Amino acid sequence: MLLEIKNLHAAINGKEILKGINLSINKGEIHAIMGPNGSGKSTLSSVLTGHPDFEVTEGTVFYEGKNLLELSPEDRSREGIFLSFQYPVEIPGVSMVNFMRAAVNEHRKYNNLEPVSATDFLKLMREKRAIVDMDSKLTGRSVNEGFSGGEKKRNEIFQMAMLEPKLAILDETDSGLDIDALRIVANGVNTLRTPENTTIVITHYQRLLDYIKPDVVHVLYKGRIIKTGGPDLALELEKKGYDWLKTEADEYL
Amino acid sequence: MQDSNKIIDEVTSSDYKYGFVTNIDTETIHRGLDEEIVRIISAKKNEPEWLLEFRLKAYRHWLTMDMPDWPHLTIPPINYQDIIYYAAPKKKEGPKNLDEVDTELLKTFDKLGIPLQEQKHLVGMAVDAVMDSVSVKTTFKDVLAEKGIIFSSFSEAVQHHPDLVRKYMGSVVSYRDNFFAALNSAVFSDGSFVYIPKGVRCPMELSTYFRINAKNTGQFERTLIVADDESYVSYLEGCTAPMRDENQLHAAIVEIIAKEQAEVKYSTVQNWYPGDKEGKGGIYNFVTKRGLCKGQGSKISWTQVETGSAITWKYPSCILAGDDSTGEFYSVAVTNNHQQADTGTKMIHLGKNTRSRIVSKGISSGFSQNSYRGLVKVSPRAEGARNHSQCDSLLLSSTCGAHTFPYADIQNETAIIEHEATTSKISEEQLFYCNQRGIPTEEAIGLIVNGYAKEVMNKLPMEFAVEAQKLLSISLEGSVG
Repeated sequence: MLLEIKNLHAAINGKEILKGINLSINKGEIHAIMGPNGSGKSTLSSVLTGHPDFEVTEGTVFYEGKNLLELSPEDRSREGIFLSFQYPVEIPGVSMVNFMRAAVNEHRKYNNLEPVSATDFLKLMREKRAIVDMDSKLTGRSVNEGFSGGEKKRNEIFQMAMLEPKLAILDETDSGLDIDALRIVANGVNTLRTPENTTIVITHYQRLLDYIKPDVVHVLYKGRIIKTGGPDLALELEKKGYDWLKTEADEYL
Repeated sequence: MQDSNKIIDEVTSSDYKYGFVTNIDTETIHRGLDEEIVRIISAKKNEPEWLLEFRLKAYRHWLTMDMPDWPHLTIPPINYQDIIYYAAPKKKEGPKNLDEVDTELLKTFDKLGIPLQEQKHLVGMAVDAVMDSVSVKTTFKDVLAEKGIIFSSFSEAVQHHPDLVRKYMGSVVSYRDNFFAALNSAVFSDGSFVYIPKGVRCPMELSTYFRINAKNTGQFERTLIVADDESYVSYLEGCTAPMRDENQLHAAIVEIIAKEQAEVKYSTVQNWYPGDKEGKGGIYNFVTKRGLCKGQGSKISWTQVETGSAITWKYPSCILAGDDSTGEFYSVAVTNNHQQADTGTKMIHLGKNTRSRIVSKGISSGFSQNSYRGLVKVSPRAEGARNHSQCDSLLLSSTCGAHTFPYADIQNETAIIEHEATTSKISEEQLFYCNQRGIPTEEAIGLIVNGYAKEVMNKLPMEFAVEAQKLLSISLEGSVG
């Protein structure tokens, strides 16, 4: 078991968003979390990565047997959890090269490794850039500054490639992407896939799941997982929408 | 935000690294200021009559002046009669080589990272070390002399090159210029003098390191740099002071003269003691720096990284008198805790086709006040003048203040003047983004602040860029609130 979430409740500004999430994910699996807007999908990714705005009010999260909620956001990253942000922020003046070198070296330090040499680092950048078709101009620029929506998402997957996470959470990575960008991003994710790493794909729509095939699909609604199924569930949702589930759920929620 | 606040507390309580005091016998004169004191200082330095006259004129003029009240600063009253105007580390008696410097002094400068023994010194840099009122040692003088370059303490220059000093001193900053310039002109003690002969490219960085050590003293140094036709010099100034509860006054003058096609690059890393986190103590840094681009095609470039001092009042400026001359001002001013800074530049376009560029980056945190004040003036005969100004402010707390006071006085309609200004904050989302990639908050702030200041930092000489980067991070680590 890589990740085990039990009865997770979380709130922002005193308002409870997650109301008892139970979720178990094995190593090597791809889980899709779907659901209508406002169901708590992004909150779940924020809570798992330790965003300071959210308060966990109840429940436990274990990651590789460790109590995840006790770890700082940076330690969660160094332990191998990566979040591809829905809205990556711009950091003016900080070049992607400096940013990534700082990140990679923090990860290495955590694992008692020497900082990466300049040559090795640039080689690594080149290698990983190719996975998402990013050119060198993009990596020379400031973090996300002036990037188009598609470039930002590609940049997220590029960073994921650099940091080689054990658990990647893709938060609405498909939002705002045209079909070509979507394919590039999805190819990137698939290229990086190994039997060792695990992915949570958070998405509103089925279309990303045409490219990234999930093993398990969960439906999140009003802060709870109301249905879990195989890949077929996503197709069913695409056809029927969320309303039939909502009605079903509202009856017993 | 709670986490950030915790970090602020931790970091702002960290120590000022250069706050130690050197125990050395110091020769001082009694407190206070009158004509007698001016005469004593002049006599101690064995100065020629004309220089004493200059000092006395300046002193008498100073008496008629008031402290400037226009800066955006709250300056507590300063009792000028309570300051010691001359303090010098005592030379030990004995059969020593006159050149030999007291080991305590060497140790002090070693501790500050400024080794004065030439064999130990950074390659490619000559240093003039000034403690309190006197220069204690100037390195690589001989090597430079072979090229005809004069690099010495100001006092020595007065003795050995009186004509040069007399010709240029006060020609860019008159003793009438302002209150602090008048005060400095009356009581200045030492500083550096540089002369680069025609056509000579100075082969190493020249630098002066200023150290205040003695208690209750003020430091009033003067620097004079003359770059003859087609010469080039890069000059760097650094400064520190011990941590003391009372405020100490530093009022300096820097004058630069660049002749035809000459280029002078003047960089400052100012790290005077800023006071403690409650705002107690610290240096009052009231400095007049001005360069005269006298010759056609000359260029003067000011780069400053200002992190220290309780109060800073300084406007390194350029008078662009020669046609086709260029003035540049690159500044990073950091204020934290209760520091106050009112700093900027004046670009005075007099010659034709003169150009100036201003890049000012203010970074404010804690309860500090950080102001940019700049003047771009284009005179009626300055055809084709161009200026570009960029003034950015970065706020790291909600209790600090950042202000911009740009003035433009354009009297020639061919001038092209551009002004850009931005104000930004480091957002929690930016920090979380860094955290999520494994970068802790303090490192993230250092990364962001250095990124923000990069354009200016890149202008510093290589040897100091790294030091200055560290200084920026140290001054601000974790101070997001």
